[in-house]
Amino acid sequence: MRTIQAKQIEQAVYELAKEACLGIIPSCEAALAAAAEAEQPGSAAKFALETVLENAATAKKECMPVCQDTGYAVVLAEIGQDVRIEGKLLQDAVDDGVRRAYEDLCFRKSVCDPLTRVNTADNTPAALHTEIVAGERVRLTFLPKGFGSENMSRLYMLTPSQGVQGILESIVETVRLAGSKPCPPVVCGVGIGGTFDTCAFLAKKALTRELGSHNPRADIAAIEKEALARINALGIGPQGFGGNVTALGVLCEIAPTHIAGLPVAVNIQCHCMRAAKREL
Amino acid sequence: MKKLTLPLTEEDIRGLHAGESVLLSGEILTGRDCAHKRICEMLDRGETLPFPLSGETIYYAGPCPAPQGKACGSCGPTTSARMDAYAPRLLALGLKGMIGKGERSDAVCDAVTEHGAVYFAAIGGAGALYGNAVKKSELVAFPDLLSEAVYRFTVEDFPCIVAID
Repeated sequence: MRTIQAKQIEQAVYELAKEACLGIIPSCEAALAAAAEAEQPGSAAKFALETVLENAATAKKECMPVCQDTGYAVVLAEIGQDVRIEGKLLQDAVDDGVRRAYEDLCFRKSVCDPLTRVNTADNTPAALHTEIVAGERVRLTFLPKGFGSENMSRLYMLTPSQGVQGILESIVETVRLAGSKPCPPVVCGVGIGGTFDTCAFLAKKALTRELGSHNPRADIAAIEKEALARINALGIGPQGFGGNVTALGVLCEIAPTHIAGLPVAVNIQCHCMRAAKREL
Repeated sequence: MKKLTLPLTEEDIRGLHAGESVLLSGEILTGRDCAHKRICEMLDRGETLPFPLSGETIYYAGPCPAPQGKACGSCGPTTSARMDAYAPRLLALGLKGMIGKGERSDAVCDAVTEHGAVYFAAIGGAGALYGNAVKKSELVAFPDLLSEAVYRFTVEDFPCIVAID
């Protein structure tokens, strides 16, 4: 049994929040540069992508959040079952890291009561997802999730007969209905299978993968490629200005489901893909 | 790129065409979900707004807090469609410009035409660039709304695309 101090987790969350909010992940930056090349010279689409790339460079240089929506703090914690956390509750450690980071680093506090809309003023609570895994390490992933894109996400409870075509149509419909609202070019995190709730989590977890990666299962990787091609044929384009690139990638994760169902969750991510990971 | 100085005149607005890139300089107000809701609730109660809307341009944005030495933190546009429920009412009160990201409802498009206003699309996700274009920021109303409060920004060369003229 290995002991990890809750303070270490708090500090790691603080540093991960900083790293995540100040820049877009390299695989996303590369995809945006490739997208800018794919748009017509002089088009609004190309202008939008070049502006976004210039923004990423400015954010890095001046240590400013790349987007003002520093997000709902989503934290995925894979906890080895031979680890004991000492000092305080895991949720409190994560929230303390978030609170300190968002205050110290001038990040926007964007969490509020769903009805009164009163802001919690410190960006807590974090959405903490824990998974118990083998071993004695703790792996943390920090995903600051903006809501312009989160709002455009959808969950479909398909029937088994709808199959692969149904999955593809659900992904493409989600992007089509979102239009210009979620800051395209988007990234789709897709959950396939599981239950109503685990399917949505799979979609979120898919967004922690690198852009350009593919699901190791060939039939799922084929869905990722086909969905991306169909989305880019929509012509929505960067910022909805029309163009060739409406999505930068489709990332699918799967889990076994019930014999009666085929849940599909599509979690939309804007072009500003941010994440940071660390193992303790 | 065409440069425009705020407040917008009727002549400025008549000269704008959808798809055209512009650089805005001058004063704008910020306002997003909660501020719009509060403005409309005040109007429902027959109260006077703490700031007149006539001739103003509203930027749909909620900035990050300003770090030391800067007027404003990162401050890109938010999704305009969420303000569609409120925008026609504000346009009827003389609001001349709106800046945000993404498409608007038919009702907003009609109100823009009817009242001789304009909707500018800013580039979503370019928070650092837009934050740097803010040279001065002053709290105008609703401080309890934190980042959703109404601020008066003085901006310089704020890049936008005319979306609805």
